[in-house]
Amino acid sequence: MSTVTHAPAAPRSSSLKRFLTAREIPVASALIALIAVTYIINPRFLSPQSAKDLMLNATIMVILAVAQALVIITRNVDLSVGAILGLVAFGTGTVFNIFPNIPLVVVFVVGMFFGGLLGSINGMLVTSAKVPALVITLGTLYIFRGVLSSWAGSNQYFSGDNPKEFGNLSVDTFLSVPIITIIAVVITVAVAMFMSSVRSGRDLYAIGSDPDAARLFGIPVGVRVLSAFIACGALTGLAGVLYTSRYNSVGALTGSGIELDVVAAVVVGGVAIFGGSGTVAGAATGAVLLATITGALTATRVDKFWQQAIVGVLILAAIVIDRVVSLRRTRKLRASEAKDV
Amino acid sequence: MATAAETAPALTPAGTLALSLRGASKTFGPVVALADGTIEILPGEIHALVGENGAGKSTLVKILAGVHSPDGGEFLVGGKPAHFRNVSESKAAGISVIYQEPTLFPDLTVAENIFIGRQPKGRAGLISRGEMRRRAAELFATLGVPIDPDRIADGLSIADQQIIEIAKAISLDANVLVMDEPTAALSGVEVERLFSVARALRDKGAGILFISHRFEEVFDLSDRITVMRDGRYIQVHNTAEVTAPAIVTEMVGRELGELFPKKEAEVGDIVLKVEGLTSVGTFRDIDFEIRAGEIVALSGLVGAGRTEVARAVFGIDPYDVGSVSIDGARLNPHSPQDAIAAGIGFVPEDRRKQGLVLDLSVARNVTLTLRHSLARFGLISGRREKAAAEDWSQRLQVKTGSQDLPVSTLSGGNQQKVVLAKWLATDPKLLIVDEPTRGIDIGTKSEVHRLLSDLAGRGIAILMISSELPEVLGMADRILVMHEGRISAELHRGGATAELVMQAAMGNHGELHPGRTNEEISTGLEAGE
Amino acid sequence: MSETVTSTSRGQWSRRLTGHDAVIFYILISVVVISMISVNYFASTLTVGFLLIQVLPILLIAMPMALVIVSGEIDLSVASTAGLTSATMGVLWRDSGLDIGSVMALSLLVGVLCGAFNGFLITTLGLPSLAVTIGTLALYRGLALVVIGDQKVASFPKELNAFVLSKIGSTGIPVMMIFVLIVIAFFAVLLHFTPFGRGLYALGYSPQAATFVGVRVGHSKFWLFVATGIVSSMVGVFLTLRLASAGPDNGTGMELSVIAAVLLGGVSIFGGRGNIPGVVGGVLLIGTLTYALRLAKVPETALIIVTGGLLVLSVVAPSVIAWGKERIRLNRLHREIQGQNASGTTRA
Repeated sequence: MSTVTHAPAAPRSSSLKRFLTAREIPVASALIALIAVTYIINPRFLSPQSAKDLMLNATIMVILAVAQALVIITRNVDLSVGAILGLVAFGTGTVFNIFPNIPLVVVFVVGMFFGGLLGSINGMLVTSAKVPALVITLGTLYIFRGVLSSWAGSNQYFSGDNPKEFGNLSVDTFLSVPIITIIAVVITVAVAMFMSSVRSGRDLYAIGSDPDAARLFGIPVGVRVLSAFIACGALTGLAGVLYTSRYNSVGALTGSGIELDVVAAVVVGGVAIFGGSGTVAGAATGAVLLATITGALTATRVDKFWQQAIVGVLILAAIVIDRVVSLRRTRKLRASEAKDV
Repeated sequence: MATAAETAPALTPAGTLALSLRGASKTFGPVVALADGTIEILPGEIHALVGENGAGKSTLVKILAGVHSPDGGEFLVGGKPAHFRNVSESKAAGISVIYQEPTLFPDLTVAENIFIGRQPKGRAGLISRGEMRRRAAELFATLGVPIDPDRIADGLSIADQQIIEIAKAISLDANVLVMDEPTAALSGVEVERLFSVARALRDKGAGILFISHRFEEVFDLSDRITVMRDGRYIQVHNTAEVTAPAIVTEMVGRELGELFPKKEAEVGDIVLKVEGLTSVGTFRDIDFEIRAGEIVALSGLVGAGRTEVARAVFGIDPYDVGSVSIDGARLNPHSPQDAIAAGIGFVPEDRRKQGLVLDLSVARNVTLTLRHSLARFGLISGRREKAAAEDWSQRLQVKTGSQDLPVSTLSGGNQQKVVLAKWLATDPKLLIVDEPTRGIDIGTKSEVHRLLSDLAGRGIAILMISSELPEVLGMADRILVMHEGRISAELHRGGATAELVMQAAMGNHGELHPGRTNEEISTGLEAGE
Repeated sequence: MSETVTSTSRGQWSRRLTGHDAVIFYILISVVVISMISVNYFASTLTVGFLLIQVLPILLIAMPMALVIVSGEIDLSVASTAGLTSATMGVLWRDSGLDIGSVMALSLLVGVLCGAFNGFLITTLGLPSLAVTIGTLALYRGLALVVIGDQKVASFPKELNAFVLSKIGSTGIPVMMIFVLIVIAFFAVLLHFTPFGRGLYALGYSPQAATFVGVRVGHSKFWLFVATGIVSSMVGVFLTLRLASAGPDNGTGMELSVIAAVLLGGVSIFGGRGNIPGVVGGVLLIGTLTYALRLAKVPETALIIVTGGLLVLSVVAPSVIAWGKERIRLNRLHREIQGQNASGTTRA
């Protein structure tokens, strides 16, 4: 066997270099910087009560972002999550109203099942109709929201209507971390492991990277995408149950408008809008970042009206950076491919 | 027609054939892509498949890959009959095909691309990255090519992507590795690397089939050569026992002359003048001119840069140095609008993606180029548009049920007529046609040739890019042969032969005619050496 | 006008009468007729007035939006542009001392800038329009909040508010509809009768092929986004005057209604297909249905479900129909091949 001197193939990149150029670094650094700067300006930002509020606020967003990341990685999107959240949250309140002594575990199961069911509607429409998920979930957003409005009407369930131990999930802490936050962290870790170390999770990346090639390789695209939507729905359902625990009231307007914040969090967290790359951990970090911005703005006495604008700038920055990086890679490729003419 | 069994050298008694295809045929509608597809591959050999454009090589490969199933013929893999219904089945049988455009997942790592769907598992049934990395590194070590397994596939050169595809094939225990024009996009050094990999695999007992136009490589690498022509198997040779000119003759051997008559046309003033045109890394110092009434052919191998030059002239791509002038007036670079306004038309290579808007109607496609000239005070009248569409469709005899049918419903030949119609409607001074008769049936082919001849007769200058030698030799007044981004020869109608064109396209390496220039060879051959 | 498939001249007419646009109009007419019969108060001149005033904003923005979607892009920031315009208008009117005319003109400038920014990011930087306009949706709405806070400005000239709500004579048709008709006519002519429009259809189906016939892809798309920006700010001004109140919330959620109406009107989300009359039909259908159901005391919530259902139906139906056609075609092919095999013919 002959070895031949050849044009330099890609040099082995060091682990350190790979770590530093990971997609999650910008958002993680931004988060750390934000916390640090806010703390310097107002040290009470990290007081036990304030820190607890931060974590509670982040929890719902984190679970929603993890759920949405699953779908976006496959090159789809689910805009109906806000409505699913509201439906499950209101449903939770209803369940407690009818069965005041129901075990909490059952409520969680029912909530996730309900969310998964709604997600499956999205998934089946997307995989069978060959229409972009953007449009389908836009439609189901309307439908689910409408169903919630007519179901709830002007009724609301208040946290006082729920069993005390349910509400306590958001109050009690373990090692000074609220219980629901721990649940969110466990979920994130579990899904992250699935996405990185289980074959069907890796298939999702392949589908988002190149759906046609994926089909050619025999990856069951339809089944995987449907599962992604069901999982997204189920996790959103979980978030809906936790929402009822955390917040004072749930009604027809619960979750209204939250879908864009979630997509923003995922994109900012390094998940490409066209799928195929990014991690659940990044999406979770993005969610924490977004949730922290509100708190930081209050703590530094900045007009909270800047919140939305900042979110918009962050999304645009994330997309532009993504584009610049990929352009640089293409340019390097073209240079290496150029013939010696 | 002689079959492989009758004319091939005796098979080594040691083993069964890795793969045997005999008399396979494949037809798509009116087009016969393959009439007699025959090839035999031994384990432990490198086998080259040569033939002109349209000889049926790609169709044969697709049959081997399981993409198409043959309409007839016999197909044996490892001695057993094979009926592949899809690509997975052919892969399972040990056949791996590597195309010109590798399909890697850009967002996954190299290692994962190799093992997608079958990633090795470790503790607790989770994917073991370390094991995946180790196995990938092992594969690359076997190939003698260090590529970082943890690197993202996006941004890798075509050459590296091919190596990864080969690694994938090995990991799938491929017995037969098929490579379709593998060196078309590679530079010299990368080609060497690919060759050493191929030889290593052969030495281990794999059978390798590769398609190539580059004779230097064919003779350098292969053990045997199969020649195809017009969808048929012609002959198989031991590489050591045959010469390039003999192969060329087999490839092109048909009667030329009356098939593609070009009328004598009065040649007028210079219409197109290209000076010093250079696009760094693609083509360099391109100088030529075309006069009214002339048909100039741009010939050469795949990757020589012909289409790139044409695209630069028309303004689709920018260029770095040089100039393009129409009727003496310099043309702005990188502006198709200006080129069209100056009177250039461009019939592109990829009819379906570039030449036509498939979902639009025939009428709309034909009048697309006329949209500005049909407008009065900025508005287009539907009636005048329809009249123009019918007029031009009729002139070119486009066969369609109705002008309003989407152009995707037309046959390849009629689609090409639509493309021609839309450009002729603009009354161009210069018409650039890139592979004008590719994928078209014989009948429409000669219609197109007659049309081009008529156009030249009416004073239009034509630049024709073609890989079909008979077409080039029959139609062109002058032939410019490109090789690796430069013009390597200019041949005139009287003195051009298929062999001359081929040799200039190959770059005329020492093996065939050491130490002579193009002109010397050309004169020498004309003098009957 | 729309890119329909026909096989003969007679077939052309039969296809026109059963095509997507026609179906929408049939449904619209049915809705109107049924409502006139069964819903109280529907058949009156007041209806027309109220209905049109309500759909006016959607109708306006749907025009440039249709062109954007035909070209293969999308703009989700339209409602936020309207909100930012409204906020700017309010602050200018309250604080700058300029006359109302100048205030309105400057507010329209906001739309130009918003559209140009979108266009720049999408065409010059080459970013995907879906992601960009999600970002600018947040950015412009956020800027609206920054500009005006959570206050409202309500001190607009009463004459303008009255004018905006006034009707033509006794017909009940709002005066503003004249303006709307001009806008509809403008975009209809642009899409269906100009070289630009022809190029747009080509561009939507195949940017590559469009480049080969000299369409300036980036240039065209840029100006389309400027168009959505300007029209969105016109709507912002309109809403401010109609509600006699400027606030950052004006128009929230409108983008979904606009896109739903455009898609319902037969414009394909993939680009290249659709026409203006269909879009007008789509807007009127959703608007009329909503209005009639509201008048019939159907709860608001059911209306939302109906809108969503129509949207899903309008995009799923073509796929289902295409699937059905393909099955029929494959079956016919099957039978043909079997027939040929049986008779032993070989194809040349």
